[in-house]
Amino acid sequence: MKPEYLNSELQANWVALQTIVYREVRRFMRIWPQTLLPPAITMVLYFVIFGNLIGRQIGDMGGFTYMQYIVPGLIMMSVITNAYGNVVSSFFGSKFQRSVEELMVAPVSPHTILIGYVIGGVLRGLAVGFIVTLLSLFFTKLQVHHLGVTVLVVLLTATIFSLCGFINAVYARNFDDISIIPTFVLTPLTYLGGVFYSINLLPPFWQTVSLANPVLHMVNAFRYGILGVSDIRISIAIAFMLGATTVLYIACVRLLVSGRGMRQ
Amino acid sequence: MSSALSIRGLTKTYGNGFQALHGIDLDVAEGDFFALLGPNGAGKSTTIGILSTLVTKSSGTVNVFGHDLDREPSQLKRCLGVVPQEFNFNQFEKVFDIVVTQAGYYGIPMRIAKERAEQYLTQLGLWDKRNSASRELSGGMKRRLMIARALIHQPRLLILDEPTAGVDIELRRSMWTFLTELNQQGISIILTTHYLEEAEQLCRNIGIIDHGRIVENTSMRKLLKKLHVETFLLDLKDSLTVLPNLPGYPVQLVDDHTLSVQVEKSLGISELFRQLAEQNIQVLSMRNKTNRLEELFVSLVEKNLAKVAV
Repeated sequence: MKPEYLNSELQANWVALQTIVYREVRRFMRIWPQTLLPPAITMVLYFVIFGNLIGRQIGDMGGFTYMQYIVPGLIMMSVITNAYGNVVSSFFGSKFQRSVEELMVAPVSPHTILIGYVIGGVLRGLAVGFIVTLLSLFFTKLQVHHLGVTVLVVLLTATIFSLCGFINAVYARNFDDISIIPTFVLTPLTYLGGVFYSINLLPPFWQTVSLANPVLHMVNAFRYGILGVSDIRISIAIAFMLGATTVLYIACVRLLVSGRGMRQ
Repeated sequence: MSSALSIRGLTKTYGNGFQALHGIDLDVAEGDFFALLGPNGAGKSTTIGILSTLVTKSSGTVNVFGHDLDREPSQLKRCLGVVPQEFNFNQFEKVFDIVVTQAGYYGIPMRIAKERAEQYLTQLGLWDKRNSASRELSGGMKRRLMIARALIHQPRLLILDEPTAGVDIELRRSMWTFLTELNQQGISIILTTHYLEEAEQLCRNIGIIDHGRIVENTSMRKLLKKLHVETFLLDLKDSLTVLPNLPGYPVQLVDDHTLSVQVEKSLGISELFRQLAEQNIQVLSMRNKTNRLEELFVSLVEKNLAKVAV
C-alpha cells in the first residue's frame, strides 16, 4: 500500500531532490569560513595586485583597462573552483563517512542524486561568483553587454565543473585524490585559459594549442557576455559547453548506476 | 501468512574471488521476529547488504513483500528499513536533520517528516539531543539514532545488523522492549546479533548461516528442542573436596563451592536433585553454564565446519 503523500515516483523524487539541494546548501553555508570567505579574500588580492598595481603598468587590453579585462575571468575562476570543490568534497565526504549509504538504500533515482549534487555545486559557484562580482565593483565599473550569454555561460560552466567534481569524487579513494585534479589540472587550465591575457598576444602555435583548453572557451564566452569582447567564437564555445554537459552527465549517471566506489 | 522476505539461490562472489554466499534460500514470514545468526564472516552482512542494495548479488532472487529486487527496486526499498552495523551518518549533521533528511530521500514531505522525527526521537530518548551534532552522541545514542532514521519512512520490514553491539545492559533491555513493541505493531524484524540470549529472548524464528550457507532455518522452539544436553552450574552451601558420584550425570568440580553438571533431557533434573539430597549436598542456586541457544549454535557451526573441511 502506498502512503497517501506518495502519488508518484516523480513526486517522491522531487521531494528527494529538494532534500539533497537543501542539505548541500546547508552544508556550504554552515562552513562558510571555508567555502565563501577564502575565495572572496583571494579575489580581492588578485584585484589589488594584478588589477591595480601590475595592471597600471600593462595598460589597456582589448579596448578595456586591464582591471576590467581580468574581472570576468576572475569571476569565472571562482565559479569553476567552487562548483568543482563543492561537489567533490561533499560527495567524497559522504563516501568517506559512508553517509552516502543513506541515499543508496533509499528509492532515489540516480538522476535525482546527480542533479541534487550538481545544483548544490552550481549554487555555491553562483554564490561565490556573486560575492566576487560585488567585490569587483569596488575596483572597477562593470556593465553587462549580453545578459543571456552571461547567465547561460555561468550556469553551463558551473554545471560542467560540478559534474567533473562528481566524477573525481566517485573515483577518489582518499583525500589526496580530491586535491590532485584541482591542483594539477584545474588550476593550470584556468591560469592558461585567458583569465589574465588575450590569446592574441600569443604566437600562432600557442594560440592554436590554447584553443584545446576548455576553460578558454568558458572564460571568453563569459567575457563576451560582460564586456562584449572575445578571442573565440561564442557559438562554438556554447556548443562545446552544451556537448560537454551532455557527455559528462551521461558518464556520471552511468557511474552512479554501476555503483562504482559505493557498492561492493 | 504472506512472506515478508523470500530469498532463493542467492550467491555473492566478491571481486577478489571470495564467495561469500553459496546459493542461500531464506523465508521470513510477515510479522515475524527473525534471528539471522552466524559467526563472523559467515555471510550475514553480505546478505543484508544485498537486501539494502549496497552489495550487488551475483545470482539468485530477492523478494520483499512481493517486490523483486531486480524489477521493482524502488518499491522494495520503500518496504525496507536497515540499521547497519557501522555508523553511517554524517558526523557533522544535527540529529534532527539526519532523520528529517532521510525522510526526504523517501519522498516524505517536510511537515510529515518533522512530525515523525519528533515521534521517533522521543520514543528512542533522543529528543533532547535533536540539536546536537551526531558526533557528540554516545555509542548507544548513535545506535538509537540509526534506528530512528531507519523507521522514518515506516518500513514494513526492519533489518537490524547487531543493533545492541557495545550497548550497556540497561539500554539493551530498553531497546528489546522497543523492538518488541514495533513487532507487535506488525513490523517484521530481522535481527543479527552476537548476543544469543538476545535472539532467544526476542525472536520466534531463526536462521543460522555459516560459510555462506544456511545450516538451520526453523522456529526457535523447535531448535531449542534439539538441545539434548544442558550444562548447569550448581552453587553449593558447603565446600566439596571430592567429586560426588552422580550416576547418569557427568560432573566436574569448578571450585570447592561450584559443581558443573551435564543434564540429559531424557533424565531430567529431579533425579539429579534426589541424588544430591541423598549425599547431603545442599544447592543454594543453579544457572545455565552458557546460554541454551549458544550451545546449539556452537554445535551447529562446528558440524558445518567439519563438512566444509571435508
